[in-house]
Amino acid sequence: MNMLSEPGRFNEGDVSGIDWSHLDALEAEAIFILREVAAQCSNVALLFSGGKDSAVVLRLAKRAFFPERIPFTLMHIDTGHNFPEVIAFRDRIVKERGLRLVVRSVGDSIRNGRVRLRDESEPRNPHQSVTLLDAISELGFDACIGGARRDEEKARAKERIFSFRDEFGQWDPKNQRPEIWSLYNARVAPGENIRVFPISNWTELDVWQYIRRQRIPLPELYFSHRRQVVRRNGSLVPVTDLTSPRRLVMPSKKYKCVSVPLAISPARPRSNRVRPR
Amino acid sequence: MDLSLLTDGLLAEREQGITIDVAYRYFATPARKFIIGDSPGHAQYTRNMVTAASTADVAILLVDARHGLQVQTRRHAYLARWVGIPRVMLAVNKMDLVDDGRQVFDDISEQFNSFASELGFDEVSSIPVSALRGDNVVERSHALDWYSGPTLLQYLEAVPARHDEQAGRFRFPVQRVVRIADGNVQPGSGYEDKQFRGYQGTIASGSVCVGEEVVVLPSGAKAKVAGILTADGEIDEAITDAAVTLLLDADVDISRGDLVSAAAAVPYLRNEFDAEVCWFDQQPLDSLRPYLIKHGGTTVRARFSLLRHRVDVDTLKLEKNPASLVMNDIAGVRLRSQRTLAFDAYRDNRVTGAFIVIDDTSNRTVAAGTIS
Ligand SMILES: Nc1nc2c(ncn2[C@@H]2O[C@H](COP(=O)(O)OP(=O)(O)O)[C@@H](O)[C@H]2O)c(=O)[nH]1
Repeated sequence: MNMLSEPGRFNEGDVSGIDWSHLDALEAEAIFILREVAAQCSNVALLFSGGKDSAVVLRLAKRAFFPERIPFTLMHIDTGHNFPEVIAFRDRIVKERGLRLVVRSVGDSIRNGRVRLRDESEPRNPHQSVTLLDAISELGFDACIGGARRDEEKARAKERIFSFRDEFGQWDPKNQRPEIWSLYNARVAPGENIRVFPISNWTELDVWQYIRRQRIPLPELYFSHRRQVVRRNGSLVPVTDLTSPRRLVMPSKKYKCVSVPLAISPARPRSNRVRPR
Repeated sequence: MDLSLLTDGLLAEREQGITIDVAYRYFATPARKFIIGDSPGHAQYTRNMVTAASTADVAILLVDARHGLQVQTRRHAYLARWVGIPRVMLAVNKMDLVDDGRQVFDDISEQFNSFASELGFDEVSSIPVSALRGDNVVERSHALDWYSGPTLLQYLEAVPARHDEQAGRFRFPVQRVVRIADGNVQPGSGYEDKQFRGYQGTIASGSVCVGEEVVVLPSGAKAKVAGILTADGEIDEAITDAAVTLLLDADVDISRGDLVSAAAAVPYLRNEFDAEVCWFDQQPLDSLRPYLIKHGGTTVRARFSLLRHRVDVDTLKLEKNPASLVMNDIAGVRLRSQRTLAFDAYRDNRVTGAFIVIDDTSNRTVAAGTIS
């Protein structure tokens, strides 16, 4: 059981009086992880999905390496079903940050026979992994950073922060490396790689709070209007075209639909964590 | 709060057929945010319990009221203490299934107290619960009205978190050296035309102010802190757990794995040291061969030069000079490393006193150790 400090609370006994909130703790953990990948691995891809979680990881990477450019390649596995705003957003970030971008498309995997759809309407998302694995071996990445979180689903809840993939790109949940303290072991043999999830310990709510605190720009579609959200395990999950609309179509008893403005919780006053000289 | 937090996942887990690893779960109350690392009880997966325990502020050990303490309960209590968790809570579960619950609970908690007090926890407590009925999890119940202590949630909301308690001498393991050159500057950072060399890392303990004198280990080079940089700009002071970039005034040779330390209180500098290790791997220790030790940002070759004793977790007796170590063994050992390491005792510093052991042929993490 791990307790994060209460939001906005001053720690007694901390003579400096520097405020340390749960978001500070989560951010510091993610920065440590990102720096560790950069130090231990030689060819790292940061996966861009167009979603808010990958936007948060991108921001964390910018902050982790400041003033150095993010030492990773941005990789987008394109399903071909993107919103134009997402592509524009991606290209703007790449330009602003001076990043190297590689795009590999599921469409190409279909054309060259690596992916076979049963029919045209079959969703392409499940096939992303073929394109991803092909891209990893083509480009020789020894680590791939993703924005997955442990509170997303039950199997994810068991995945390590540095998660080993064998030469076939497979995760073996029954034989994970022990992950003790923050001594991450990213050693791999050629052909193997490590998936790294710097925001493993963030909840959906933490992500939205951080986006607000850091004023992280998201593709327009996140912000168009007062939006519907579903309440799930105490978090408000906005329903967008990028989250599963099925929850709305078939609301179960567990998911209550409410409509709220995006401001989910009061902003934490950013007091004296940073005191410019 | 409903109990599904603790039990719902387990149903899904059975469907998935992966009941062997730590499942992380997240919840918040108005007082606090919590992360539960729900780890298996089975002896075979002790390494997964250690994975969960190594980052925990408090350990909750669950026992079945009908069966009382098991060897695994003792092993987990031992390991919780070994990784430095200061407080342990014994949750005596399934109280709905025993008659004379008060007597059963008193017996189990007394047994546990006498075992755990030998391990040196700051605080040992017990709570009778029924996870099934929710008794004493969030709210108290009629059925257990003889118990007057806090419920599990009340206990968790009040127990001190580690970040609140820390203090200590300044220690900063260098994760990365950053040099701005060859056009690797972040556009718009304001550092485009600056000469820049900094040391990235997370403060393991203590705090640091601009102007303070520090020493870089193992070289012993001295310098003053010329600046502390974050993505929000320069700051005057940084505290434990903060991820920052340090600038030094002297041109010293620093690389990943070095330790920047308060000049007034330096750590040990040695290439031979005693440690307590927990062996995780199916393959037993081969003390004839070298392993890799990862300590902070350093990875060095090391040998187990002496197997001093193995701990019997049931009786806490020490078996002298075991021939080898097998999975789940906890042992006092001596290690000899190829290069000098800068470290503290684990009891004084949970970062600079900890290491993992890696088998360099399989790349598996085969053990974890705490420096004595
Ligand atoms: N009667 C009773 N059964 C319980 C209680 N807590 C858990 N159980 C049952 O004990 C079984 C094992 O529980 P589980 O949580 O899977 O144990 P684990 O394997 O140790 O994680 C399940 O069938 C639960 O429903 C309780 O307080 N009372």
